[in-house]
Amino acid sequence: MSQHESPLDGWLPRVPLGTWTESAVDWATGTLGPAFDAIAAVVDALVRPLDDLLTGVPAVVVVLVLAGLGWWLRGWKFGLGTAVGLGLVAGMPYWEETMSTLAQVLVASALALVLAIPLGVFIAENRRASAVARPVLDLMQTMPAFVYLIPAIFFFGIGTVPGVLATLVFSMPPGVRLTELGLRQVDKEIVQAAESFGAPPWMVLLRTKLPLALPTIMTGVNQVIMLALSMVVIAGMVGAGGLGDVIMFALSQVEVGSGFEGGIAVVVLAVVLDRLTDSVGERFPSARAQRLARQAA
Amino acid sequence: MPALAVKSLYKVFGSRTDEAMRRLADGAPRDEALAGLPATAAVIDANFEVRPGEVFVVMGLSGSGKSTLIRMLNGLLRPTQGSVRVDGVELTTLRPAALRKLRREKISMVFQHFALMPHRTVLENAGYALEVAGLPKAERRERAMDALRMVGLADWADKLPHNLSGGMRQRVGLARALAAGTDILLMDEAFSALDPLIRHEVQDQLLELQAELGKTIVFITHDLNEAMRLGDRIAVMRDGRIVQIGTAEEILTDPANDYVAQFVADVDRTRILTASSVMEKAQTTLDVNVGPRVAARALRENQTSVVYVTGPRKQFLGTVTEDEVLRALREGRQSLDGYVSTERVRTVTEDTAVADLFADCAESQHPVAVLDAKGRLAGVIPRITLLSALASTTPHEVPALDGPAEVDLVGAKGDPA
Repeated sequence: MSQHESPLDGWLPRVPLGTWTESAVDWATGTLGPAFDAIAAVVDALVRPLDDLLTGVPAVVVVLVLAGLGWWLRGWKFGLGTAVGLGLVAGMPYWEETMSTLAQVLVASALALVLAIPLGVFIAENRRASAVARPVLDLMQTMPAFVYLIPAIFFFGIGTVPGVLATLVFSMPPGVRLTELGLRQVDKEIVQAAESFGAPPWMVLLRTKLPLALPTIMTGVNQVIMLALSMVVIAGMVGAGGLGDVIMFALSQVEVGSGFEGGIAVVVLAVVLDRLTDSVGERFPSARAQRLARQAA
Repeated sequence: MPALAVKSLYKVFGSRTDEAMRRLADGAPRDEALAGLPATAAVIDANFEVRPGEVFVVMGLSGSGKSTLIRMLNGLLRPTQGSVRVDGVELTTLRPAALRKLRREKISMVFQHFALMPHRTVLENAGYALEVAGLPKAERRERAMDALRMVGLADWADKLPHNLSGGMRQRVGLARALAAGTDILLMDEAFSALDPLIRHEVQDQLLELQAELGKTIVFITHDLNEAMRLGDRIAVMRDGRIVQIGTAEEILTDPANDYVAQFVADVDRTRILTASSVMEKAQTTLDVNVGPRVAARALRENQTSVVYVTGPRKQFLGTVTEDEVLRALREGRQSLDGYVSTERVRTVTEDTAVADLFADCAESQHPVAVLDAKGRLAGVIPRITLLSALASTTPHEVPALDGPAEVDLVGAKGDPA
């Protein structure tokens, strides 16, 4: 709690927002303890096996699998680039940390999307919910990333789980926003056409709106993964492990070399994940059809 | 029972609609009535009925409320007030599930920008209504193919919409509506996005299909020529109100107000007006069994040189001229039989467009004979009449319509029996 004097002392009543937040968090830790334990157990059950798998198999296998995926989705140039980039990371001393970070990013973004996409669908269909969600999403996006770590420590202690959960909260907003945007941008006449033939709302949503909104939703998926990657490094502060640890340590010791190596590993992961998710979106038939339709027009 | 019946239908967007409705009720123009209110009235007190098998065109400029009107006919928009009955079923109070059932079974729609689903093939698009209705895939395929065949796109079934031209895409839109098998078709500016030549072509195709299928069609357009070409009846909308309902000819020859008159001023009349609306009574019509003496007197009395001759059941046979009547007199015949010629007069039917009369008028020695559906003489068109019909710049100057009944009377008068 800040001890600064407010310049408005004596003019306006002091608003003890910080105190309120503290008591809310206190109350939540006390009463919702079991719920938090359950959440922690689930997250842990997801991250640990993936982490074990990625760090367990030889680096060559991971490099080849990702390079192969890159080749298949984007062509041989990108496949080769992926192999070179990841090969570089494998040649540095932080391969295991890189794989831990990858595992955390994948789990955090998967969970974020599981929550974000249905929420986006809901607020796209419901104007009032959208009006409520908007400021909440603004808050989530603009709140300094470090701040999420404080309640995460309160609720979940130190370690991977609070790191992943803080990452989840931080990376969710673009997933919600772009899902909503994508659905709202679907051509009204096409939606009306579906309705005019008597299609029930679920059918309009699943077979018309979602396929047509997919390119925008995939941009959201991409954004979520990128934000997760940036946050998971910050989560190193709460002992989440992975590249975050490496970078935090380098920072505290002012070690330029290992800091740069950790940084480069993050960049390589970011580029590979970004391009891969980008091309997954483009491969959906509805996305291709729409792109071709735009070109034809 | 009408296929569609619309009664005092209103649609007001915005807030304070109650106040808006109250102000509109006494018939003030839309802008005056709603000045200062946060509401816009799209449709005001619409009343009409559409008969089964009729093509009913709603015509108006953009902002006249026609698109809102058509969307209330299948419940895509809920009216602020009023009634819409589809085959006698009140649509405005239906629950969502019942409304969807009604759309599946009774009404389908064709959209201005085609509204095809870009991620589905032409065939899947055409079969969309059947998919919604839950038909098995094989039957869906078959019926969708039938519909595509009807619009001549069977070969394109497996293509995606973006492979097709605009005109073809709209034919897929039409096939989708036809495959649904509903009796009523709503067409919202269906051809407006097409370029003029293609538009003409799909209009032709629609008319052909309509002759075969006899659907009930509500067609929205801002194009008067299209309205006149397609519509059995036309409703003209302005500022949310329907200002006139009538056939193309009624609207051309008897516009309800200056607005409609101005609107129709630019129409190519020769395409809309038909022979029956410019024809005149035949001066001298006689039965073929009348003697030449009666014929000679009729010619003298009417000061003409040609007799239009009719046979049994008033069938038009041809003409007899002065010279031939004289010859029949000299030869002492008791009837005109044997003197009737079909050479000198061209015949046209009542619904021949004026534009198609020129050649006949030019080549016909005497005024062109206009025959009704049963081959009886309905009237004649002298060259001068055709020219004056063309010259008239305002609808009021178009020669008055000669009803067939009147023409029959003329025939009876010349008939000695």
